[in-house]
Amino acid sequence: MDMVTTNNRQWEKYQKEIADDRYYYARSCIRQTFFPGSEWAFIDILRNKLGKDIFDDPKHTTCTGIGYHSDVVPFQTTMTVVARHFALMTEAGYANITPSCITSFGIYTEILHAWEEHPELLERVREDLYKATKREFDVPKNLAHTSDVIYKFRNQIAMQMVHPLVDVHTGKPLRVVDHIGCHYAKMFPSKGVGGAEFPAVLSGMVDAWGGECIDYPERRHCCGFGFRNYLVQANRGYSVANSMKKLESMEPYEPDFIVTNCPGCGMFLDKWQYTISEMSGKTYGKNGYGIPVLTYEEMAGLVLGYNPWDLGLQMHQVAVEPLLDKMGIDYDPEKKYCDADGKLISLPKCPTFLKQ
Amino acid sequence: MGRIIDILNQDTHFCDGLNSCMNCGVCTAVCPAAEFYNYDPRVIVDTVQRGDESEIEELLKSNTIWYCGECMSCKPRCPRGNTPGEVIMALRKASIETGLFVESEKGRQQFAIKRAIADSVLGVGYCVSPDIAVPEKHPEQGPVWEWICANKEQVYERVHANYDGNGAGALRHVDEASLNELKEIFKVTGGTAFMESIEQCSKEKAAALGMDIEEYLHETYTFNSGGDGYGNNE
Ligand code: SF4
Ligand code: SF4
Repeated sequence: MDMVTTNNRQWEKYQKEIADDRYYYARSCIRQTFFPGSEWAFIDILRNKLGKDIFDDPKHTTCTGIGYHSDVVPFQTTMTVVARHFALMTEAGYANITPSCITSFGIYTEILHAWEEHPELLERVREDLYKATKREFDVPKNLAHTSDVIYKFRNQIAMQMVHPLVDVHTGKPLRVVDHIGCHYAKMFPSKGVGGAEFPAVLSGMVDAWGGECIDYPERRHCCGFGFRNYLVQANRGYSVANSMKKLESMEPYEPDFIVTNCPGCGMFLDKWQYTISEMSGKTYGKNGYGIPVLTYEEMAGLVLGYNPWDLGLQMHQVAVEPLLDKMGIDYDPEKKYCDADGKLISLPKCPTFLKQ
Repeated sequence: MGRIIDILNQDTHFCDGLNSCMNCGVCTAVCPAAEFYNYDPRVIVDTVQRGDESEIEELLKSNTIWYCGECMSCKPRCPRGNTPGEVIMALRKASIETGLFVESEKGRQQFAIKRAIADSVLGVGYCVSPDIAVPEKHPEQGPVWEWICANKEQVYERVHANYDGNGAGALRHVDEASLNELKEIFKVTGGTAFMESIEQCSKEKAAALGMDIEEYLHETYTFNSGGDGYGNNE
Protein backbone atom coordinates (compact mmCIF):
# COMPACT_ATOMS: atom_id res chain seq x y z
CA MET A 1 0.00 0.00 0.00
CA ASP A 2 2.83 2.35 0.96
CA MET A 3 4.56 1.54 -2.27
CA VAL A 4 1.48 2.38 -4.26
CA THR A 5 1.17 5.68 -2.42
CA THR A 6 4.84 6.48 -3.01
CA ASN A 7 4.57 5.59 -6.67
CA ASN A 8 1.44 7.65 -7.09
CA ARG A 9 3.04 10.68 -5.51
CA GLN A 10 5.79 10.59 -8.12
CA TRP A 11 3.19 11.86 -10.56
CA GLU A 12 2.98 15.08 -8.60
CA LYS A 13 6.11 16.42 -10.24
CA TYR A 14 5.63 14.72 -13.57
CA GLN A 15 6.16 16.91 -16.64
CA LYS A 16 5.45 15.84 -20.20
CA GLU A 17 7.23 16.96 -23.32
CA ILE A 18 5.53 19.93 -25.00
CA ALA A 19 6.83 21.38 -28.28
CA ASP A 20 7.84 25.03 -28.04
CA ASP A 21 6.88 26.31 -31.50
CA ARG A 22 5.38 25.47 -34.92
CA TYR A 23 2.04 23.85 -34.14
CA TYR A 24 -0.61 22.37 -36.42
CA TYR A 25 -3.90 23.36 -34.79
CA ALA A 26 -6.70 20.76 -34.56
CA ARG A 27 -9.99 22.50 -33.83
CA SER A 28 -12.75 21.01 -31.71
CA CYS A 29 -16.39 20.56 -32.77
CA ILE A 30 -17.55 21.35 -29.25
CA ARG A 31 -15.15 24.18 -28.47
CA GLN A 32 -15.84 26.01 -31.72
CA THR A 33 -19.60 25.60 -31.23
CA PHE A 34 -19.83 26.69 -27.60
CA PHE A 35 -16.58 28.60 -27.03
CA PRO A 36 -15.43 29.95 -30.40
CA GLY A 37 -13.94 33.01 -28.67
CA SER A 38 -11.60 30.64 -26.81
CA GLU A 39 -10.24 29.20 -30.04
CA TRP A 40 -9.74 32.72 -31.38
CA ALA A 41 -7.99 33.77 -28.16
CA PHE A 42 -5.69 30.74 -28.18
CA ILE A 43 -4.41 31.55 -31.66
CA ASP A 44 -4.17 35.26 -30.89
CA ILE A 45 -2.21 34.65 -27.67
CA LEU A 46 0.16 32.27 -29.41
CA ARG A 47 0.79 34.50 -32.40
CA ASN A 48 0.62 37.97 -30.91
CA LYS A 49 1.60 37.59 -27.26
CA LEU A 50 4.09 34.72 -27.53
CA GLY A 51 5.32 35.10 -31.13
CA LYS A 52 4.66 31.48 -32.09
CA ASP A 53 3.83 29.88 -35.43
CA ILE A 54 0.49 28.07 -35.46
CA PHE A 55 -1.29 26.84 -38.57
CA ASP A 56 -5.11 26.97 -38.76
CA ASP A 57 -6.03 24.66 -41.63
CA PRO A 58 -9.43 25.04 -43.37
CA LYS A 59 -9.16 21.43 -44.60
CA HIS A 60 -9.19 20.01 -41.07
CA THR A 61 -12.42 18.29 -39.95
CA THR A 62 -13.84 16.49 -36.93
CA CYS A 63 -11.74 13.62 -35.54
CA THR A 64 -15.09 11.70 -35.28
CA GLY A 65 -14.40 11.40 -31.54
CA ILE A 66 -17.95 11.80 -30.32
CA GLY A 67 -19.17 9.26 -32.87
CA TYR A 68 -16.36 6.89 -31.88
CA HIS A 69 -17.14 7.09 -28.16
CA SER A 70 -20.87 6.80 -28.77
CA ASP A 71 -20.19 3.63 -30.76
CA VAL A 72 -21.44 4.63 -34.19
CA VAL A 73 -17.97 5.03 -35.79
CA PRO A 74 -15.51 2.09 -35.73
CA PHE A 75 -11.89 2.46 -34.61
CA GLN A 76 -10.42 1.83 -38.07
CA THR A 77 -12.46 4.74 -39.45
CA THR A 78 -11.49 7.08 -36.62
CA MET A 79 -7.80 6.15 -36.97
CA THR A 80 -7.90 6.86 -40.69
CA VAL A 81 -9.66 10.22 -40.26
CA VAL A 82 -6.99 11.17 -37.73
CA ALA A 83 -4.31 9.93 -40.14
CA ARG A 84 -5.73 12.40 -42.68
CA HIS A 85 -5.11 15.17 -40.14
CA PHE A 86 -1.54 13.93 -39.81
CA ALA A 87 -1.26 14.01 -43.60
CA LEU A 88 -2.51 17.61 -43.72
CA MET A 89 -0.02 18.49 -40.98
CA THR A 90 2.83 16.80 -42.88
CA GLU A 91 1.88 18.49 -46.16
CA ALA A 92 1.81 21.90 -44.45
CA GLY A 93 5.36 21.30 -43.15
CA TYR A 94 4.53 20.86 -39.47
CA ALA A 95 5.45 18.04 -37.07
CA ASN A 96 3.75 19.11 -33.82
CA ILE A 97 0.00 18.79 -33.46
CA THR A 98 -2.11 20.53 -30.84
CA PRO A 99 -5.77 19.56 -30.55
CA SER A 100 -8.18 21.88 -28.76
CA CYS A 101 -10.39 19.17 -27.27
CA ILE A 102 -9.87 16.51 -24.63
CA THR A 103 -11.88 13.93 -26.56
CA SER A 104 -9.66 14.51 -29.61
CA PHE A 105 -6.53 14.54 -27.48
CA GLY A 106 -7.54 11.23 -25.90
CA ILE A 107 -8.18 9.74 -29.32
CA TYR A 108 -4.88 10.98 -30.78
CA THR A 109 -3.09 9.59 -27.71
CA GLU A 110 -4.89 6.26 -27.97
CA ILE A 111 -4.12 5.97 -31.67
CA LEU A 112 -0.40 6.77 -31.32
CA HIS A 113 -0.22 4.23 -28.50
CA ALA A 114 -2.07 1.60 -30.55
CA TRP A 115 0.32 2.10 -33.48
CA GLU A 116 3.30 1.62 -31.20
CA GLU A 117 1.85 -1.54 -29.68
CA HIS A 118 0.45 -2.96 -32.92
CA PRO A 119 2.52 -1.71 -35.90
CA GLU A 120 0.28 -3.69 -38.26
CA LEU A 121 -2.55 -1.27 -37.40
CA LEU A 122 -0.44 1.65 -38.61
CA GLU A 123 0.31 -0.15 -41.85
CA ARG A 124 -3.37 -0.82 -42.49
CA VAL A 125 -4.24 2.80 -41.78
CA ARG A 126 -1.54 3.97 -44.23
CA GLU A 127 -3.04 1.71 -46.90
CA ASP A 128 -6.62 2.77 -46.19
CA LEU A 129 -5.79 6.47 -46.17
CA TYR A 130 -3.91 6.17 -49.45
CA LYS A 131 -6.74 4.21 -51.02
CA ALA A 132 -9.32 6.77 -49.89
CA THR A 133 -7.43 10.04 -50.42
CA LYS A 134 -4.01 9.37 -52.02
CA ARG A 135 -2.48 11.06 -48.97
CA GLU A 136 0.56 9.94 -46.97
CA PHE A 137 1.67 11.06 -43.55
CA ASP A 138 4.35 11.24 -40.90
CA VAL A 139 3.45 10.42 -37.33
CA PRO A 140 3.67 13.68 -35.34
CA LYS A 141 6.83 14.30 -33.35
CA ASN A 142 4.92 15.96 -30.56
CA LEU A 143 1.30 15.80 -29.42
CA ALA A 144 0.23 18.39 -26.86
CA HIS A 145 -3.23 19.51 -25.87
CA THR A 146 -3.74 23.26 -26.33
CA SER A 147 -3.83 23.65 -22.53
CA ASP A 148 -0.40 21.99 -22.35
CA VAL A 149 0.88 24.74 -24.64
CA ILE A 150 -0.59 27.52 -22.47
CA TYR A 151 0.80 25.71 -19.39
CA LYS A 152 4.25 25.63 -20.97
CA PHE A 153 4.19 29.41 -21.48
CA ARG A 154 2.39 30.29 -18.23
CA ASN A 155 5.36 32.25 -16.90
CA GLN A 156 5.75 34.28 -20.11
CA ILE A 157 2.04 35.04 -19.88
CA ALA A 158 2.50 36.02 -16.22
CA MET A 159 5.06 38.60 -17.33
CA GLN A 160 2.41 40.28 -19.51
CA MET A 161 -0.34 40.03 -16.89
CA VAL A 162 -2.86 42.90 -16.70
CA HIS A 163 -5.36 41.35 -14.25
CA PRO A 164 -3.90 38.72 -11.90
CA LEU A 165 -6.24 36.14 -10.39
CA VAL A 166 -6.66 38.26 -7.28
CA ASP A 167 -9.70 39.83 -5.66
CA VAL A 168 -8.93 43.54 -6.01
CA HIS A 169 -11.18 44.37 -3.05
CA THR A 170 -9.48 42.09 -0.52
CA GLY A 171 -6.06 41.58 -2.14
CA LYS A 172 -6.52 37.81 -1.67
CA PRO A 173 -5.92 35.19 -4.38
CA LEU A 174 -9.08 34.04 -6.16
CA ARG A 175 -10.21 30.56 -5.13
CA VAL A 176 -10.28 28.36 -8.21
CA VAL A 177 -11.50 24.79 -8.72
CA ASP A 178 -10.30 22.95 -11.79
CA HIS A 179 -11.82 20.13 -13.81
CA ILE A 180 -9.34 18.30 -16.01
CA GLY A 181 -11.56 16.00 -18.09
CA CYS A 182 -11.28 12.20 -17.98
CA HIS A 183 -9.64 11.62 -21.36
CA TYR A 184 -6.76 14.03 -20.69
CA ALA A 185 -4.72 11.68 -18.50
CA LYS A 186 -6.83 8.81 -17.13
CA MET A 187 -6.21 6.71 -20.24
CA PHE A 188 -2.49 7.46 -20.56
CA PRO A 189 -1.25 9.19 -17.40
CA SER A 190 2.22 9.85 -18.84
CA LYS A 191 0.65 12.03 -21.55
CA GLY A 192 -0.76 14.58 -19.11
CA VAL A 193 0.99 17.09 -16.84
CA GLY A 194 0.76 15.57 -13.33
CA GLY A 195 -0.66 12.26 -14.59
CA ALA A 196 -4.16 11.10 -13.68
CA GLU A 197 -3.97 11.68 -9.93
CA PHE A 198 -2.19 15.05 -9.62
CA PRO A 199 -3.51 17.05 -12.55
CA ALA A 200 -1.38 20.18 -12.73
CA VAL A 201 -2.02 21.53 -16.20
CA LEU A 202 -4.64 24.05 -15.04
CA SER A 203 -3.54 24.51 -11.43
CA GLY A 204 -0.06 25.39 -12.77
CA MET A 205 -1.62 28.28 -14.70
CA VAL A 206 -3.70 29.35 -11.70
CA ASP A 207 -0.60 29.39 -9.45
CA ALA A 208 1.47 31.30 -12.01
CA TRP A 209 -1.23 33.95 -12.37
CA GLY A 210 -1.77 34.65 -8.68
CA GLY A 211 -4.80 32.46 -7.86
CA GLU A 212 -5.23 29.60 -5.41
CA CYS A 213 -6.33 26.17 -6.61
CA ILE A 214 -8.66 24.22 -4.27
CA ASP A 215 -8.38 20.42 -4.17
CA TYR A 216 -12.08 19.53 -3.66
CA PRO A 217 -13.09 15.88 -3.03
CA GLU A 218 -14.68 15.13 -6.43
CA ARG A 219 -12.02 16.99 -8.41
CA ARG A 220 -11.24 13.90 -10.51
CA HIS A 221 -14.86 12.77 -11.00
CA CYS A 222 -16.28 12.79 -14.54
CA CYS A 223 -18.38 15.83 -15.57
CA GLY A 224 -21.06 13.38 -16.69
CA PHE A 225 -20.94 13.81 -20.47
CA GLY A 226 -20.77 10.04 -20.87
CA PHE A 227 -21.29 10.43 -24.66
CA ARG A 228 -24.53 8.44 -25.31
CA ASN A 229 -25.62 9.47 -21.82
CA TYR A 230 -25.94 13.06 -22.96
CA LEU A 231 -26.50 12.65 -26.69
CA VAL A 232 -29.75 10.74 -26.20
CA GLN A 233 -32.35 12.84 -24.41
CA ALA A 234 -33.70 9.80 -22.52
CA ASN A 235 -30.33 9.34 -20.77
CA ARG A 236 -29.53 12.89 -19.70
CA GLY A 237 -30.27 12.18 -16.03
CA TYR A 238 -26.84 10.51 -15.86
CA SER A 239 -25.18 13.60 -17.18
CA VAL A 240 -26.83 16.13 -14.88
CA ALA A 241 -26.46 13.83 -11.85
CA ASN A 242 -22.68 13.54 -12.30
CA SER A 243 -22.25 17.30 -12.80
CA MET A 244 -24.38 17.87 -9.72
CA LYS A 245 -22.14 15.55 -7.70
CA LYS A 246 -19.18 17.76 -8.61
CA LEU A 247 -20.99 21.03 -7.99
CA GLU A 248 -22.16 19.81 -4.56
CA SER A 249 -18.61 18.75 -3.76
CA MET A 250 -17.03 22.11 -4.66
CA GLU A 251 -19.76 24.35 -3.21
CA PRO A 252 -18.56 24.33 0.44
CA TYR A 253 -15.18 25.72 -0.70
CA GLU A 254 -16.90 28.82 -2.12
CA PRO A 255 -14.91 28.91 -5.34
CA ASP A 256 -14.75 32.17 -7.30
CA PHE A 257 -14.79 30.20 -10.53
CA ILE A 258 -14.35 26.81 -12.18
CA VAL A 259 -11.72 26.36 -14.89
CA THR A 260 -12.01 23.48 -17.34
CA ASN A 261 -9.63 21.71 -19.68
CA CYS A 262 -12.22 20.19 -21.99
CA PRO A 263 -14.82 22.25 -23.83
CA GLY A 264 -17.53 19.64 -23.24
CA CYS A 265 -16.97 19.57 -19.47
CA GLY A 266 -16.99 23.38 -19.38
CA MET A 267 -20.23 23.52 -21.30
CA PHE A 268 -21.90 20.98 -18.98
CA LEU A 269 -20.73 22.55 -15.73
CA ASP A 270 -22.08 25.87 -17.05
CA LYS A 271 -25.38 24.71 -18.56
CA TRP A 272 -26.32 22.14 -15.91
CA GLN A 273 -26.21 24.86 -13.27
CA TYR A 274 -29.15 26.38 -15.14
CA THR A 275 -30.95 23.02 -15.42
CA ILE A 276 -30.45 22.20 -11.74
CA SER A 277 -31.73 25.64 -10.77
CA GLU A 278 -34.85 25.16 -12.90
CA MET A 279 -35.40 21.66 -11.48
CA SER A 280 -34.86 22.44 -7.81
CA GLY A 281 -34.32 26.17 -7.33
CA LYS A 282 -30.76 25.52 -6.22
CA THR A 283 -27.95 27.92 -7.24
CA TYR A 284 -24.30 27.34 -6.35
CA GLY A 285 -22.82 30.85 -6.18
CA LYS A 286 -23.57 33.79 -3.88
CA ASN A 287 -26.81 35.80 -4.02
CA GLY A 288 -28.59 33.67 -6.60
CA TYR A 289 -25.70 33.60 -9.04
CA GLY A 290 -24.00 30.43 -10.25
CA ILE A 291 -20.30 29.60 -10.09
CA PRO A 292 -18.79 31.09 -13.27
CA VAL A 293 -17.09 28.54 -15.52
CA LEU A 294 -14.10 29.54 -17.65
CA THR A 295 -12.10 27.73 -20.27
CA TYR A 296 -8.33 28.09 -19.73
CA GLU A 297 -8.16 30.29 -22.83
CA GLU A 298 -10.77 32.60 -21.30
CA MET A 299 -8.85 32.62 -18.02
CA ALA A 300 -5.61 33.44 -19.88
CA GLY A 301 -7.45 36.05 -21.94
CA LEU A 302 -8.83 37.85 -18.87
CA VAL A 303 -5.42 37.76 -17.22
CA LEU A 304 -3.91 39.30 -20.36
CA GLY A 305 -6.53 42.07 -20.48
CA TYR A 306 -8.74 40.90 -23.38
CA ASN A 307 -12.28 42.30 -23.56
CA PRO A 308 -14.64 39.67 -22.02
CA TRP A 309 -17.10 40.06 -24.91
CA ASP A 310 -14.29 39.39 -27.41
CA LEU A 311 -13.59 36.16 -25.53
CA GLY A 312 -17.26 35.16 -25.82
CA LEU A 313 -18.17 35.23 -22.12
CA GLN A 314 -21.65 36.41 -23.12
CA MET A 315 -22.20 32.90 -24.53
CA HIS A 316 -22.10 31.38 -21.03
CA GLN A 317 -25.33 30.63 -19.20
CA VAL A 318 -23.84 31.42 -15.76
CA ALA A 319 -23.16 35.15 -15.49
CA VAL A 320 -19.45 35.99 -15.27
CA GLU A 321 -19.91 39.58 -14.04
CA PRO A 322 -19.35 38.78 -10.32
CA LEU A 323 -15.93 37.39 -11.28
CA LEU A 324 -15.09 40.33 -13.58
CA ASP A 325 -15.95 42.69 -10.72
CA LYS A 326 -13.71 40.82 -8.29
CA MET A 327 -10.82 40.99 -10.77
CA GLY A 328 -11.40 44.72 -11.26
CA ILE A 329 -11.95 44.32 -14.99
CA ASP A 330 -13.38 47.41 -16.66
CA TYR A 331 -16.09 46.04 -18.97
CA ASP A 332 -19.11 47.61 -20.61
CA PRO A 333 -22.30 45.78 -19.49
CA GLU A 334 -24.24 47.51 -22.27
CA LYS A 335 -22.12 45.77 -24.88
CA LYS A 336 -22.69 42.22 -23.64
CA TYR A 337 -25.39 41.27 -26.12
CA CYS A 338 -24.21 43.44 -29.02
CA ASP A 339 -23.03 42.49 -32.51
CA ALA A 340 -19.66 43.26 -34.05
CA ASP A 341 -20.78 46.83 -34.82
CA GLY A 342 -21.78 47.46 -31.21
CA LYS A 343 -25.55 47.32 -31.91
CA LEU A 344 -27.79 45.42 -29.47
CA ILE A 345 -28.86 42.10 -31.00
CA SER A 346 -31.58 41.28 -28.44
CA LEU A 347 -31.66 40.03 -24.86
CA PRO A 348 -31.81 36.36 -23.88
CA LYS A 349 -34.69 35.33 -21.65
CA CYS A 350 -34.00 35.26 -17.91
CA PRO A 351 -33.93 31.93 -16.06
CA THR A 352 -36.43 31.48 -13.22
CA PHE A 353 -33.88 31.35 -10.40
CA LEU A 354 -30.35 31.77 -11.73
CA LYS A 355 -29.39 35.44 -11.86
CA GLN A 356 -28.18 36.63 -15.21
CA MET B 1 -21.08 -21.36 -31.40
CA GLY B 2 -18.03 -19.48 -30.32
CA ARG B 3 -18.92 -16.77 -32.80
CA ILE B 4 -19.12 -13.83 -30.39
CA ILE B 5 -15.89 -14.77 -28.63
CA ASP B 6 -14.19 -14.86 -32.03
CA ILE B 7 -15.48 -11.39 -32.87
CA LEU B 8 -14.27 -10.11 -29.50
CA ASN B 9 -10.85 -11.68 -29.83
CA GLN B 10 -10.28 -9.77 -33.06
CA ASP B 11 -11.01 -6.44 -31.38
CA THR B 12 -7.94 -4.54 -30.12
CA HIS B 13 -10.07 -2.87 -27.44
CA PHE B 14 -11.00 -6.29 -26.12
CA CYS B 15 -7.46 -7.69 -26.25
CA ASP B 16 -5.94 -4.58 -24.66
CA GLY B 17 -8.76 -4.08 -22.16
CA LEU B 18 -8.93 -7.50 -20.51
CA ASN B 19 -6.00 -9.34 -18.98
CA SER B 20 -7.21 -11.24 -16.00
CA CYS B 21 -9.74 -9.78 -13.61
CA MET B 22 -9.45 -10.58 -9.90
CA ASN B 23 -12.94 -9.26 -9.09
CA CYS B 24 -11.70 -6.60 -6.70
CA GLY B 25 -14.41 -4.11 -7.67
CA VAL B 26 -12.17 -1.04 -7.84
CA CYS B 27 -13.57 -0.22 -11.29
CA THR B 28 -17.10 -0.28 -9.90
CA ALA B 29 -16.11 1.92 -6.98
CA VAL B 30 -14.88 4.74 -9.23
CA CYS B 31 -17.39 4.30 -12.05
CA PRO B 32 -19.76 7.24 -12.61
CA ALA B 33 -22.24 4.94 -14.38
CA ALA B 34 -22.29 2.51 -11.44
CA GLU B 35 -23.10 5.42 -9.19
CA PHE B 36 -26.36 6.31 -10.91
CA TYR B 37 -27.44 3.13 -12.69
CA ASN B 38 -27.83 -0.44 -11.58
CA TYR B 39 -24.62 -1.15 -13.44
CA ASP B 40 -21.47 -2.96 -12.38
CA PRO B 41 -18.39 -3.09 -14.65
CA ARG B 42 -16.80 -5.75 -12.44
CA VAL B 43 -19.65 -8.14 -13.15
CA ILE B 44 -19.42 -7.49 -16.88
CA VAL B 45 -15.68 -8.11 -16.99
CA ASP B 46 -16.11 -11.27 -14.95
CA THR B 47 -18.88 -12.55 -17.21
CA VAL B 48 -16.79 -11.97 -20.30
CA GLN B 49 -13.72 -13.52 -18.67
CA ARG B 50 -15.65 -16.73 -17.98
CA GLY B 51 -16.14 -16.99 -21.73
CA ASP B 52 -19.61 -18.58 -21.71
CA GLU B 53 -21.01 -17.86 -25.17
CA SER B 54 -24.66 -17.80 -24.12
CA GLU B 55 -23.99 -15.46 -21.17
CA ILE B 56 -22.12 -13.12 -23.48
CA GLU B 57 -24.94 -13.27 -25.99
CA GLU B 58 -27.34 -12.28 -23.19
CA LEU B 59 -25.09 -9.30 -22.46
CA LEU B 60 -25.18 -8.20 -26.10
CA LYS B 61 -28.99 -8.26 -26.00
CA SER B 62 -29.26 -6.44 -22.66
CA ASN B 63 -29.43 -2.83 -21.54
CA THR B 64 -26.42 -3.48 -19.29
CA ILE B 65 -23.65 -2.83 -21.79
CA TRP B 66 -25.13 0.52 -22.80
CA TYR B 67 -24.87 2.33 -19.45
CA CYS B 68 -21.11 2.97 -19.50
CA GLY B 69 -20.07 6.57 -20.26
CA GLU B 70 -16.69 5.57 -21.79
CA CYS B 71 -15.01 8.00 -19.42
CA MET B 72 -12.19 5.47 -18.84
CA SER B 73 -11.96 6.42 -15.16
CA CYS B 74 -11.59 2.69 -14.57
CA LYS B 75 -8.40 2.47 -16.63
CA PRO B 76 -5.77 4.01 -14.32
CA ARG B 77 -7.28 2.45 -11.20
CA CYS B 78 -7.51 -1.24 -12.10
CA PRO B 79 -4.73 -3.09 -10.26
CA ARG B 80 -4.58 -5.66 -13.07
CA GLY B 81 -4.31 -3.17 -15.90
CA ASN B 82 -7.75 -3.93 -17.32
CA THR B 83 -10.01 -1.33 -18.86
CA PRO B 84 -13.65 -2.31 -18.40
CA GLY B 85 -14.63 0.67 -20.58
CA GLU B 86 -12.69 -0.83 -23.49
CA VAL B 87 -14.28 -4.24 -22.93
CA ILE B 88 -17.62 -2.44 -23.13
CA MET B 89 -16.62 -0.78 -26.41
CA ALA B 90 -15.86 -4.20 -27.89
CA LEU B 91 -19.13 -5.67 -26.58
CA ARG B 92 -21.11 -2.78 -28.07
CA LYS B 93 -19.41 -3.17 -31.43
CA ALA B 94 -20.17 -6.90 -31.37
CA SER B 95 -23.77 -6.17 -30.39
CA ILE B 96 -24.12 -3.95 -33.45
CA GLU B 97 -22.32 -6.38 -35.76
CA THR B 98 -24.57 -9.25 -34.68
CA GLY B 99 -27.70 -7.07 -34.85
CA LEU B 100 -28.49 -7.87 -31.20
CA PHE B 101 -28.44 -4.19 -30.15
CA VAL B 102 -32.08 -3.77 -31.22
CA GLU B 103 -33.16 -6.28 -28.56
CA SER B 104 -32.74 -3.75 -25.71
CA GLU B 105 -34.17 -0.30 -25.10
CA LYS B 106 -30.74 1.25 -24.53
CA GLY B 107 -29.21 -0.59 -27.48
CA ARG B 108 -31.94 0.71 -29.82
CA GLN B 109 -30.76 4.24 -28.99
CA GLN B 110 -27.83 3.65 -31.36
CA PHE B 111 -30.25 4.59 -34.11
CA ALA B 112 -30.88 8.05 -32.63
CA ILE B 113 -27.12 8.54 -32.18
CA LYS B 114 -26.37 7.37 -35.70
CA ARG B 115 -28.93 9.77 -37.14
CA ALA B 116 -27.62 12.71 -35.09
CA ILE B 117 -23.85 12.31 -34.89
CA ALA B 118 -22.73 10.01 -37.67
CA ASP B 119 -24.92 11.79 -40.22
CA SER B 120 -23.53 15.13 -39.06
CA VAL B 121 -19.93 13.95 -39.50
CA LEU B 122 -20.56 13.10 -43.14
CA GLY B 123 -22.99 15.95 -43.75
CA VAL B 124 -21.04 18.94 -42.41
CA GLY B 125 -17.67 17.53 -41.30
CA TYR B 126 -18.28 17.97 -37.57
CA CYS B 127 -19.75 15.69 -34.88
CA VAL B 128 -21.51 18.63 -33.28
CA SER B 129 -22.44 22.02 -34.70
CA PRO B 130 -24.84 24.83 -33.81
CA ASP B 131 -27.11 23.47 -36.52
CA ILE B 132 -27.60 20.08 -34.87
CA ALA B 133 -27.62 21.11 -31.20
CA VAL B 134 -30.98 22.86 -31.72
CA PRO B 135 -32.77 24.23 -28.63
CA GLU B 136 -35.90 22.14 -29.31
CA LYS B 137 -33.85 18.98 -28.73
CA HIS B 138 -31.74 20.59 -25.99
CA PRO B 139 -34.02 22.50 -23.61
CA GLU B 140 -31.45 21.91 -20.84
CA GLN B 141 -29.02 24.23 -22.63
CA GLY B 142 -31.00 27.21 -21.41
CA PRO B 143 -31.99 30.67 -22.68
CA VAL B 144 -28.52 31.93 -23.61
CA TRP B 145 -28.06 29.02 -26.03
CA GLU B 146 -31.54 29.75 -27.40
CA TRP B 147 -30.46 33.37 -27.94
CA ILE B 148 -27.25 32.25 -29.68
CA CYS B 149 -29.13 29.90 -32.01
CA ALA B 150 -31.69 32.57 -32.88
CA ASN B 151 -28.89 35.03 -33.76
CA LYS B 152 -26.14 32.73 -34.98
CA GLU B 153 -24.60 34.97 -37.65
CA GLN B 154 -24.30 38.02 -35.41
CA VAL B 155 -23.18 36.25 -32.23
CA TYR B 156 -20.55 34.13 -33.96
CA GLU B 157 -19.23 37.08 -35.93
CA ARG B 158 -18.90 39.07 -32.68
CA VAL B 159 -16.66 36.40 -31.16
CA HIS B 160 -14.42 36.16 -34.25
CA ALA B 161 -15.80 32.88 -35.61
CA ASN B 162 -16.21 32.24 -39.33
CA TYR B 163 -19.64 30.58 -39.14
CA ASP B 164 -20.40 28.80 -42.41
CA GLY B 165 -17.75 30.92 -44.15
CA ASN B 166 -14.94 29.88 -46.49
CA GLY B 167 -11.33 29.61 -45.36
CA ALA B 168 -10.02 29.05 -41.85
CA GLY B 169 -11.53 29.89 -38.47
CA ALA B 170 -14.03 28.43 -36.01
CA LEU B 171 -17.20 26.90 -37.53
CA ARG B 172 -15.98 27.45 -41.11
CA HIS B 173 -17.85 25.62 -43.86
CA VAL B 174 -15.95 22.39 -44.59
CA ASP B 175 -15.27 22.35 -48.34
CA GLU B 176 -16.71 19.68 -50.64
CA ALA B 177 -13.33 18.10 -51.39
CA SER B 178 -12.62 17.52 -47.69
CA LEU B 179 -16.13 16.15 -47.12
CA ASN B 180 -15.65 13.77 -50.04
CA GLU B 181 -12.38 12.56 -48.53
CA LEU B 182 -14.19 11.88 -45.26
CA LYS B 183 -16.86 9.91 -47.12
CA GLU B 184 -14.21 7.88 -48.97
CA ILE B 185 -12.44 7.11 -45.69
CA PHE B 186 -15.73 5.91 -44.20
CA LYS B 187 -16.30 3.67 -47.23
CA VAL B 188 -12.81 2.18 -47.31
CA THR B 189 -12.56 1.54 -43.56
CA GLY B 190 -15.97 -0.02 -42.95
CA GLY B 191 -17.49 3.04 -41.30
CA THR B 192 -20.22 3.33 -43.92
CA ALA B 193 -21.12 -0.36 -43.69
CA PHE B 194 -21.23 -0.11 -39.89
CA MET B 195 -23.60 2.87 -40.04
CA GLU B 196 -25.74 1.18 -42.68
CA SER B 197 -26.10 -1.90 -40.52
CA ILE B 198 -27.37 0.27 -37.62
CA GLU B 199 -29.81 1.85 -40.06
CA GLN B 200 -30.95 -1.49 -41.54
CA CYS B 201 -31.43 -3.38 -38.26
CA SER B 202 -33.32 -0.37 -36.86
CA LYS B 203 -35.66 -0.23 -39.85
CA GLU B 204 -36.42 -3.93 -39.44
CA LYS B 205 -37.03 -3.49 -35.71
CA ALA B 206 -39.29 -0.49 -36.31
CA ALA B 207 -41.32 -2.56 -38.80
CA ALA B 208 -41.54 -5.45 -36.33
CA LEU B 209 -42.82 -3.03 -33.69
CA GLY B 210 -45.30 -1.56 -36.16
CA MET B 211 -43.74 1.92 -36.07
CA ASP B 212 -42.80 4.17 -38.94
CA ILE B 213 -39.17 5.23 -38.90
CA GLU B 214 -39.74 8.80 -37.67
CA GLU B 215 -41.80 7.49 -34.77
CA TYR B 216 -39.07 4.95 -33.98
CA LEU B 217 -36.43 7.71 -34.12
CA HIS B 218 -38.41 9.83 -31.68
CA GLU B 219 -38.96 6.84 -29.41
CA THR B 220 -35.28 5.86 -29.33
CA TYR B 221 -34.27 9.46 -28.60
CA THR B 222 -36.76 10.15 -25.81
CA PHE B 223 -38.14 6.96 -24.25
CA ASN B 224 -36.86 5.87 -20.85
CA SER B 225 -38.75 3.06 -19.15
CA GLY B 226 -36.71 3.45 -15.97
CA GLY B 227 -35.45 -0.12 -16.32
CA ASP B 228 -32.87 -1.42 -13.86
CA GLY B 229 -30.17 -2.45 -16.29
CA TYR B 230 -30.83 -6.17 -16.10
CA GLY B 231 -33.66 -6.26 -18.60
CA ASN B 232 -36.31 -5.73 -15.96
CA ASN B 233 -38.50 -2.71 -16.23
CA GLU B 234 -39.56 -2.52 -12.60
S1 SF4 C 1 -10.64 -3.10 -11.15
FE1 SF4 C 1 -9.79 -4.54 -12.65
S2 SF4 C 1 -9.35 -6.45 -11.52
FE2 SF4 C 1 -10.73 -5.18 -10.24
S3 SF4 C 1 -12.81 -5.93 -10.78
FE3 SF4 C 1 -12.38 -4.16 -12.13
S4 SF4 C 1 -11.49 -5.08 -13.98
FE4 SF4 C 1 -11.41 -6.66 -12.38
S1 SF4 D 1 -15.41 3.76 -18.78
FE1 SF4 D 1 -17.45 2.94 -18.31
S2 SF4 D 1 -17.04 1.27 -16.89
FE2 SF4 D 1 -15.20 2.57 -16.89
S3 SF4 D 1 -15.49 4.04 -15.20
FE3 SF4 D 1 -16.26 5.03 -17.10
S4 SF4 D 1 -18.46 4.56 -17.12
FE4 SF4 D 1 -17.51 3.12 -15.67
